[in-house]
Amino acid sequence: MAMQFYASPEQVQRDRSEYARKGIARGRSAVVLTYEGGILLVAENITTLRKISEIYDKIAFAAVGRYNEFEALRRGGVRMADMVGLSYDRRDVTARALANTYTQTLGAIFSETQKPYEVEICVAQVGATPEADELYRITYDGSVMDEPGFMAMGGQAEAIANVLRDRHDATAELTVALSLASEALGSVGGENGQPRQLTDKQLEVAVLDRRRPGRAFRRLTGAALTTLLGHESVSDADLGEVDAAPPAPAEGKPTESAASQDTEE
Amino acid sequence: MATGFDPSGRLPDFFTSTGTSSFTQFLSQAAPELLPGRRPLPPGLSADIAPHGTTIVAIATADGVVMAGDRRATMGNLIASRDIKKVHPADGYSLIGIAGTAGIGIELIRLFQVELEHYEKIEGAMLSLDGKANRLAAMVRGNLGAAMQGLAVVPLFAGFDLAPATGVGPGRIWSFDVAGGLYEETGYEAIGSGSLFAKSALKKRYRAGVSTEDAIALAVEALYDAADDDTATGGPDVIRKIYPVVMTATAAGTHRLSDEEITTVAERVVAGRHENPGG
Repeated sequence: MAMQFYASPEQVQRDRSEYARKGIARGRSAVVLTYEGGILLVAENITTLRKISEIYDKIAFAAVGRYNEFEALRRGGVRMADMVGLSYDRRDVTARALANTYTQTLGAIFSETQKPYEVEICVAQVGATPEADELYRITYDGSVMDEPGFMAMGGQAEAIANVLRDRHDATAELTVALSLASEALGSVGGENGQPRQLTDKQLEVAVLDRRRPGRAFRRLTGAALTTLLGHESVSDADLGEVDAAPPAPAEGKPTESAASQDTEE
Repeated sequence: MATGFDPSGRLPDFFTSTGTSSFTQFLSQAAPELLPGRRPLPPGLSADIAPHGTTIVAIATADGVVMAGDRRATMGNLIASRDIKKVHPADGYSLIGIAGTAGIGIELIRLFQVELEHYEKIEGAMLSLDGKANRLAAMVRGNLGAAMQGLAVVPLFAGFDLAPATGVGPGRIWSFDVAGGLYEETGYEAIGSGSLFAKSALKKRYRAGVSTEDAIALAVEALYDAADDDTATGGPDVIRKIYPVVMTATAAGTHRLSDEEITTVAERVVAGRHENPGG
């Protein structure tokens, strides 16, 4: 007969927590902070796979950890937001409801399954003023925290948050907020504790624009991002339009019909 | 929404599964009652139980498209609404107008808007204009059962093509039939009860490569002609200052003409008809 070893629930929880924490600590970090014109989301990311994205009109999502796991949560969030918005009204989609769903989901996964999700996510909602902004941090075990204007997630979140805590200013301009965010992310991970200088190629940047009606999410890329990182401001109109990439050109389209080109000739 | 949530409060699997990027397909799992084509209808014809939207015109221009709709909805011989809006933006670069049962049409527009936005957010890329038209055709097809019982709705779809093939204008227009048939139109198209008269007017006046400004005037003229001969189409209401809804889709995105802009155009058309009622 196989020997059944007893493991106390405390031990099981501790092991799972440690496992999840280690997984998260391996990845690069992300920060979210409010500024005068909205909420700035910055992640250190050299890939084209996204850590930051739009959920709804005033709500954005940022995550660190395992990509497949937070991508599933992001899709779930977009689906839920769109369903609530269709059934009721666009104004009835709130970050708090979304954070509640995420905390329930992550909490259930943490306590019921063998492997917890190795993710930490942020749900941000932009308001009319910096005081009305909402930032929720949801961790792998389903605990949720309402953060005061700024937050850091990922590997050395504590060290990054310390930089933000000292210098965060909710009335700062976008350029100031962005250089603070990039400095905070670069303050860890350098050789011999030296700060690193992050460039536009290493950063994924988006804002929730407080003043824009409708969909507030704007992804900052290319020229606009380079200009901002060089401490020059960019007009609101040049922050970029919709987040989505344009469709593929029709030129390479093989055929008029849905069938293959072979059947047409 | 509490639909299908399990007691732990966790998102059900179909929310977080890779699944599909289509919102309607997702709804068919999560909340099928929110899809228009899924409701059981009592037998028999029910055409006259709900208001009907009437005439919509769309014109391809040198820089995109113009779409305009009159403001009337009818129920049999009654005017159900004199200020209904039947032309809406579908997304940042395309427009949709509806004719037929107004309630189902407006629901279809809302669902289609969410469908396009949902795909953008999930995929991080915009659907091609052809892709949007195909998607809308599938949604119209889903309403076939209701259409056969008199609750038909037919959309008109037009947009600015961000990545057109050579020789295809930036502005493109598609019409549909109740069975979900999809037809790309050249130049201009009209749907609804007054479409016969609107199209006849456009046939004589439309020239390929017309400017957006001229196309706006053409569209308002065509709606005037439709209202002239079709009781279900509303003409410019100068007493209440209710004028057609006119929208454009160009490289700069979609734009709805402001009250001042459309008042200027409509008053010019009305003044012209004082001189020559036939236009």
